Amino acid sequence: MMLDAHQTEKTDAPLVARQYAVAEHKVRSRKDGSAVQADGIETDWAALVLRVRDHQDRAAFAALFRHFAPRVKAFLMKSGADATLAEECAQDVMATLWQKAALFDPSRASVATWVFTIARNRRIDALRKARRPEPEDLPWGPEPEPDQAEALEVQQDTERLGVALAQLPEKQRALIERAFYGDLSHSEIAAETGLPLGTIKSRIRLALERLRQQMS
Amino acid sequence: MMTTIRHHLSEQLLTAYAAGELPEAFNLVVATHVSLCDDCRARLETLDALGGALLETADATPMSEDSLAACLDRIDGLSQATSRSPMRRHGIFPAPLADYVGGGVNKVKWRNLGMGVKQAILPTGKDASARLLYIPGGQAVPDHGHRGLELTLVLQGAFRDETDRFGPGDIEIADEAMQHTPVAEHGEVCICLAATDAPLKFNAIIPRLAQPFLRI
Repeated sequence: MMLDAHQTEKTDAPLVARQYAVAEHKVRSRKDGSAVQADGIETDWAALVLRVRDHQDRAAFAALFRHFAPRVKAFLMKSGADATLAEECAQDVMATLWQKAALFDPSRASVATWVFTIARNRRIDALRKARRPEPEDLPWGPEPEPDQAEALEVQQDTERLGVALAQLPEKQRALIERAFYGDLSHSEIAAETGLPLGTIKSRIRLALERLRQQMS
Repeated sequence: MMTTIRHHLSEQLLTAYAAGELPEAFNLVVATHVSLCDDCRARLETLDALGGALLETADATPMSEDSLAACLDRIDGLSQATSRSPMRRHGIFPAPLADYVGGGVNKVKWRNLGMGVKQAILPTGKDASARLLYIPGGQAVPDHGHRGLELTLVLQGAFRDETDRFGPGDIEIADEAMQHTPVAEHGEVCICLAATDAPLKFNAIIPRLAQPFLRI
């Protein structure tokens, strides 16, 4: 998890370009044999959120629910919620997705990342009862028609990250999970994971620079 | 201001903020710094993406059978947001801080500490405390406990201590092992946002007298 501001870039393995709109179904196996799906590989989740936004599309919402609600529930239970509370909160998170679909910007974050931030905030309310002020919002998007090339890049970044995570030794992956699920004492251990975080940071940094230029 | 920030958030603090594991007072300082610092914003959004990838690739916990139907019922008639909530910066206060103060510097309810030094404690959860500090040039920055982790973010002016100079946007991260005596630079009044997880110790005593007492 080396993410120092002045870190040198890692070279990431090249990734075959994939169409933004439709992607093939693909399930890979982890070492223990359990199926694992990486973000965006099987379905274009961003397109579904845009359908929720533009058409209040309940079928699109149902597909998002089936995929993300069980993951949010698992995330909340790993953070210490019991099954009942986790299920309630997962429902809240999905209802928030419906309500805030217009604020989702596929050129800035993948759906998984966006859902993660909603779930995290719900968890803070439910379990920690603490406020978590957000950074100042920057005056960008979401555009009515998001830049497809940028959205594709964001998707690919998250896919690569998902693939790299799934390939980590179980022990190393567990440490990163614990840092995110509330075990702070392990947050510093995961250095040098080989995760393509440098690429993602560079892309976001460039987008911020472009935005600052437009603002000035 | 963007390009002159030299002192950034640590990996641990950013990860803990992304995970939603920090006390409110620290959340406020992190959110305020990120509002000023595109580097840390890019690092933070990268960690959000890692959270998203973890959510995506983690094992799912099945939702109960009727949960989708219940959620579809629930979103019926739920209004969808069309724009972000207007969080505005006020002068030197980025939006998250302006939100706590209820405006800009002129809204701060300062309390005199003597020697022209003033402070205002901000309303946060009790597991850590946040305060604004107003330090005329040449005066020492009041110690704020220093028995735990202490964050000091410069909003205006600058201070120096044995380690370095800290200007607008810079954040100093100090722990109890650190012995330092920050002093405001001559010129513009130095205004800082500080947070500590140590109990509130500092009272309306002249800071210079109080310091040896509190073992800076």
